[in-house]
Amino acid sequence: MTWFFDHLDDVLSRGLQHAYLAGVPLVIGLLIALPLGWLARRYKFLYAPFTAGFGLLYTIPSLALFVILPGFLGIPILDPVNVLVAMTIYTVALLVRTVADGLGAVPDHVQQAATAMGYTRVKRFFAIELPLAVPVISAGMRVAAVSNVSIVSVGTILGINQLGLFFSDGFNRDFYDPLFVGIAACIVLALLFDAVIIVLTRLFTPWLRATGGRA
Amino acid sequence: MIAFDGVTKKFPDGTVAVDSLSLEAPSGKITVLVGPSGCGKTTSLRMINRMIRPTSGTITLDGKDTGRMKESELRRGIGYVIQHAGLFPHRTVLDNVSTVPRLLGMDKTETRKRSMELLERVGLDPAFAKRYPAQLSGGQQQRVGVARALAADPPVMLMDEPFSAVDPVVREQLQDQFLRLQGDLGKTIIFVTHDIDEAIKLGDQVTVLKVGGHLAQMAAPAYLLAHPVDDFVADFVGRDRGYRALSFQATPRLPLAAERTIAMGESAEGVDADWVLVVDDQNHPLGWVEPLRARGAIRTEMLHRGGTVARASGPLRGALDSALSSPSRRGVIVDDSGSLVGTVKAHEVLTAIEQADRPELADPRKPGAPAA
Repeated sequence: MTWFFDHLDDVLSRGLQHAYLAGVPLVIGLLIALPLGWLARRYKFLYAPFTAGFGLLYTIPSLALFVILPGFLGIPILDPVNVLVAMTIYTVALLVRTVADGLGAVPDHVQQAATAMGYTRVKRFFAIELPLAVPVISAGMRVAAVSNVSIVSVGTILGINQLGLFFSDGFNRDFYDPLFVGIAACIVLALLFDAVIIVLTRLFTPWLRATGGRA
Repeated sequence: MIAFDGVTKKFPDGTVAVDSLSLEAPSGKITVLVGPSGCGKTTSLRMINRMIRPTSGTITLDGKDTGRMKESELRRGIGYVIQHAGLFPHRTVLDNVSTVPRLLGMDKTETRKRSMELLERVGLDPAFAKRYPAQLSGGQQQRVGVARALAADPPVMLMDEPFSAVDPVVREQLQDQFLRLQGDLGKTIIFVTHDIDEAIKLGDQVTVLKVGGHLAQMAAPAYLLAHPVDDFVADFVGRDRGYRALSFQATPRLPLAAERTIAMGESAEGVDADWVLVVDDQNHPLGWVEPLRARGAIRTEMLHRGGTVARASGPLRGALDSALSSPSRRGVIVDDSGSLVGTVKAHEVLTAIEQADRPELADPRKPGAPAA
């Protein structure tokens, strides 16, 4: 504990950096996954290749991605953009299927009614389909958030500033205090992300509370 | 007026859902499309607002080709009600009803006010306005569905089996309310159902479709019951069509007998009759009791309620049913306020039926001839 309080500044600054590297891609990834998921739902022949194809991106080892990406992007390996892009790819990989399935869960008669009321395709997406897909998308976001928090720490091997650096500190010096502090901080961060997503979901789904989950 | 002119719908897999259908749905009237599943009735309905595009042929709305109109604008001018109401689960009842006016960019406060009025009009307590659809029963949801379709005051309404997913009692309430509403509003309505009884009850004009989207017959309900054009239609309108046709015949003056009555709470002992009718303090019939079996003051649970009550001004079907269903074999007839005017026996109703005119039989070559 004394080690933790002595290094509080470090924990906070690395924690913030970690949150930035894991959190920003979560938002960008969602924004990219939304149109892709919509396309997969809109054109049936795209569903299988999109969900399987983007899902496969998740299997690329993170270390390999961190090493390859700078070449493609023309940036130094230590540039935080490298991590941001990699994490965005993982987020998209997890969310395309979720978004497609969430949009698909909107009942058929509701879709029909919306069309018959005279919603244009774009308006219908934002006014009807997206709000109703929020619970499913939120579940996917929670998985992606935890996954991002965990994968960002692999950046330790490249020496990118984030909580994972405590692991190498502890390992290299055979001194476990920083290791435990790093793990605890990662867990706290993941829980924070989860809490934020839950609160946002509740704000966007007032009808689920009013009806006790029936909708 | 909605007019189909040689409309065909062939799906990519080759099935022909609607085969060169031509029909006219007159303005301000209810035109019912009825037929077995696979007859293309829903497909026909959805081609009107272009949820499904016809393969060939044209559909015109007051002379304007719907194929040349912008789809979203066409749809905003057509009310649409479907089986499970299709309410938006994430929006309150009030917001659901306000959907189309908001899409049309109408004033927010004005829309709100109108939506609240509509909720009352379809028989919903204004307290429901803030609730979500899942907090409503099926019948209540369907009422909201009707209010939503009416919100922008469209001249045309499309209704796809709107009352078939609710229980029979609620269905009848919804149908009656719908007819009252239509009496006030006079919309041009296309109504799809598979239930011939519903078609006959609601339709000004009934269009029977055959599997494969062929028009079998189009006529006023009374005419349809009297003159099925072929075996298919005869079969479809059902065996008891003679009895059901009585729904369209007004009751003539019947030879009513005065009925001995007693009030609730009185004793029936000593009354010299097999059955005696119990009425309330406004002379509204409540039920029958057998004096020989009813001991002491008459209580509600002693009443025999099997008999139906018919209005003197109602159709003959009611009078006959009242006589047939009455435990005393004497059918109870009331006036428009529900007060007892007398009783009638089945053979007396039958005599009236035999003597009544049947104008629907007059000119068999004139389909759609109005009934009595």
